[in-house]
Amino acid sequence: MKVKALSRSAATYAPPGSTSTVQPRNLNPELHPFEKAREYTRALNATKLERMFAAPFLAQLGDGHIDGVYALAKDPRSLSRVASGSGDGEVKIWDLADRSQLRSVKAHDGIVKGLCFTNLAGESQRLLSCASDRTVKLWDPYATDAGNVPVATYLGAGAFNGVTHHRTESTFATAGSTIEIWDATRSKPVSSMNWGVDTINTVKFNQSETSVLASAGTDRTLIFYDLRTQSPVAKVVTALRTNAICWNPMEPFNLATGSEDHNAYVWDMRKLGRALNILKDHVAAVMDVDYSPTGEELVTGSYDRTIRIFKTREGHSRDIYHTKRMQRVFSVAFTTDTRYILSGSDDGNIRLWRAEASARSHVRSAKERVKLEYDAALKERYKHMPEIRRIARHRHVPKTIKKAGEIKKVEEASIKRREENERRHSKKGKMRRVPAREAMIIAKE
Amino acid sequence: MSTQQLAETSAPAQTNKALAAPTSKSKRSNSKNDNGRTPEELQAALAEYGRGDQIAVKNIKDKKLRGNLKKLEYRYKAAATNAKDAEMLMEEQQGYVEAEGMERTYKFSQKDLVQAVDVSTAQKGFDLKLPLFGPYAMDYTRNGRYLLLGGLKGHVAAFDWREGKIGTELQLKETVRDVKWLHNEQFFAVAQKKYTYIYDHAGVEIHCLKSHVEVTNMEFLPYHFILATVGMSGWLKYQDTTTGALIAEFRTRLGAPSSMAMNQRNAIINIGHANGSVTLWSPNMNTPLVKMLTNRGPVRALAIDRGGHYMVTAGADARMNIFDIRTYKEVHSYFTPTPASSLHISETGLLGVGWGPHVTVWKDALKIKQNSPYLTHLQEGSAINRVRFCPFDDVLGVGHADGFSSLIVPGSGEPNFDSLEINPYETKKQRQEGEIKALLNKLKPEMISLDPDFIGRIDNASHDVRKKEHEENVKGGSAADKKMGVEGKRKQRGKNSALRRYLRKKGEKNIIDEKRLKFEEMRKEREKRQQGLPSTSKAEELGPALSRFLQPGAK
Repeated sequence: MKVKALSRSAATYAPPGSTSTVQPRNLNPELHPFEKAREYTRALNATKLERMFAAPFLAQLGDGHIDGVYALAKDPRSLSRVASGSGDGEVKIWDLADRSQLRSVKAHDGIVKGLCFTNLAGESQRLLSCASDRTVKLWDPYATDAGNVPVATYLGAGAFNGVTHHRTESTFATAGSTIEIWDATRSKPVSSMNWGVDTINTVKFNQSETSVLASAGTDRTLIFYDLRTQSPVAKVVTALRTNAICWNPMEPFNLATGSEDHNAYVWDMRKLGRALNILKDHVAAVMDVDYSPTGEELVTGSYDRTIRIFKTREGHSRDIYHTKRMQRVFSVAFTTDTRYILSGSDDGNIRLWRAEASARSHVRSAKERVKLEYDAALKERYKHMPEIRRIARHRHVPKTIKKAGEIKKVEEASIKRREENERRHSKKGKMRRVPAREAMIIAKE
Repeated sequence: MSTQQLAETSAPAQTNKALAAPTSKSKRSNSKNDNGRTPEELQAALAEYGRGDQIAVKNIKDKKLRGNLKKLEYRYKAAATNAKDAEMLMEEQQGYVEAEGMERTYKFSQKDLVQAVDVSTAQKGFDLKLPLFGPYAMDYTRNGRYLLLGGLKGHVAAFDWREGKIGTELQLKETVRDVKWLHNEQFFAVAQKKYTYIYDHAGVEIHCLKSHVEVTNMEFLPYHFILATVGMSGWLKYQDTTTGALIAEFRTRLGAPSSMAMNQRNAIINIGHANGSVTLWSPNMNTPLVKMLTNRGPVRALAIDRGGHYMVTAGADARMNIFDIRTYKEVHSYFTPTPASSLHISETGLLGVGWGPHVTVWKDALKIKQNSPYLTHLQEGSAINRVRFCPFDDVLGVGHADGFSSLIVPGSGEPNFDSLEINPYETKKQRQEGEIKALLNKLKPEMISLDPDFIGRIDNASHDVRKKEHEENVKGGSAADKKMGVEGKRKQRGKNSALRRYLRKKGEKNIIDEKRLKFEEMRKEREKRQQGLPSTSKAEELGPALSRFLQPGAK
């Protein structure tokens, strides 16, 4: 007779006098019944937990401004330095780490419309501010005891709406009645460019293709200029005005614009015949857009008193941020570490938000990290399941915005219906179906 | 894109299915690929640990989808092969008994086996002589560490059988028909004369389940935390042991059940009936999912193997039939000299049969018809009531009229346990944490179905079929539909009486006059009447004859 029977020693698996235990695995599927159902339950729990931990609002910076905040600029060289400009001409420099005010200057007599950090190699950082008082001023953002004295002042012919600095050279461009190119060492503009626009809202230098700049005018145009030829390159007329422009930091030829028609658009500079993507969801004009430093996400601030975060390749927002006290949002910015979002609104506060509402920034133990990664994978895998999708997408939205959204939906449906009716009763082929991505383009030159 | 992807990723685990090798692989069948694995090795790994058929990625036109699916396929393959590689780390080997020369394994008695095995294993074979309170029902915890005995005449004992440490011992002084551990050794349920009770590890009665009346058989669904019972009246009841909610109760309409078993793969309850049929139940349907006629006489015992592939039924017709419960077809049939009273299938597929005073253990009896058993045992003068293999150990527990016997059956236990699933050597802390985790991952009763992997898969039924199903659901009135008001508005009677209307309109106002006082009085009266309380008004107290003499203002 040959016999062998199982004879495990308890000491092997739970050594006496020790708290550590041996944990053998056996991956035989029969030992793990209901794997699908259990995995789904875990995914559901993970989704619920994510929503439970969602607390996007962190703090406001200092005491904010007295007037509304209409301009925000982040220092590309620093993780913690941002500047804000308000309606009363005040410019403040903030430290994000302790949310304290580093410097406050009465920079202008009018509304500060544009702020921009210089980023020149080998030189210390400077801050440019422009306002409706027809001046552009250059500040030293780190001189805390310099009083109200700017490093330099540039006088212009008219009010300024925007300022942007060249990536490598010490030139900057301002938006006013024309686009003026300035040399930082000269008091008068080096040149000016215009393509039949009376007022230009905003202007932005491309930070990678450094001589290209984009501008948006009150006559609903989006115009691209090239500094090398000192001439405009392309022009697009859209259905409604463009309020803000932001270049994609990772894909130099792509840019996003915030439009008066409640949408943000992503464009390819090389193919302006159609937008790459339309980012819908706001129920009022988009006042500002900013790309995350990775170029994967986009934050928009809107006149409807909310901030939305979009994935660049998706059409609808992944999150909406709002508070009871936040008024019209005029400026938004992703911080340079992609983790936080800043918003400046009409109520004079600068708010600091988490970019990922349920994320926390403490140091994680290995166990916690593994759990979070596993949960993320589960959520991704089961994101299409109805209950999980419902929980993940649900947001509490202010009543006014919800209502406005519903009305907008009805309006859009009725426009579409009317168009379809017209199409049905007109000659075949006469009324072309225009893709939504081309519909807002009126002309292109 | 995404739905299709989901469908493919959630393909079920079909370990039994031989996978067809993809055409591209078969071309270079001799060459080694995938980290030095031959295609045969790869196929073996996929058959054992894979999750269903591979997707034909090439035919997908969408570039992004194709990329995603390719990546997923690669991951599935890597997971299967890695799992196969991890087998090397398993420490234990399955036990066995082999006969040499003229010997036959079924001739070996327990005495022979005890002499042949090592001391610690020999200690696992023991007899408990409890002739006063038998016959005994018994149950092992899921990790096999604790044993629960329940004598028909009211003796219940729970203990760590390896250590010989008794946890609790109760003399209930009434009939005990079945005992069952709940999710761990902290709680157990006892089906007593009338009601079912839940006791904790110290023997304190925690709950009396008054809706479970005269229960004969119990099963516990560990992942759903559901106690399923069936009683003399033929009612099958599902009770959630975490919230205490009665999830479902169904009439089997087939009288008192003669046996019950749970399919561990899909948590379907199988009940054997006196008319020779077996019905399969889930808590989501008030009729059996499947009805099978298995025997020509009462189904005395039922057992289902761990993988949920085979069901064994033993009837009073002295037949033991083996069914494939994926196709519901009989595989083969055995003869039992006297009708079997209890059946159980071990983790490794050994079939234990208790008949009269005999216990027979069969090896490989499910797939192939065997001619002789693996091991036999005679419990002299004591009818076998229940046989249960101990999980993760080579032990067969036998509850009989004279007590309990623990038999050594080499090769019956799963040699390698997964400590993150069920750990026979868990510490107190691990048990506590495991309990919390299990509760967090508790499955909803709606997830019980014949195919446990249906979650996350696309419903391939046609639109018409789905519509019909939905309509049926609406007619039956699922809870969700009722919530959504599909059933129609329920009129509330008695909400619109003149009194109510008056009070609704005038009652809010802060003017208190005589009329208002009168109405208030009337309202209070009515409320009392509705609650079934005696009215306090003088008039009613005095009765109709005397109340006419009451002064109008008097109370």
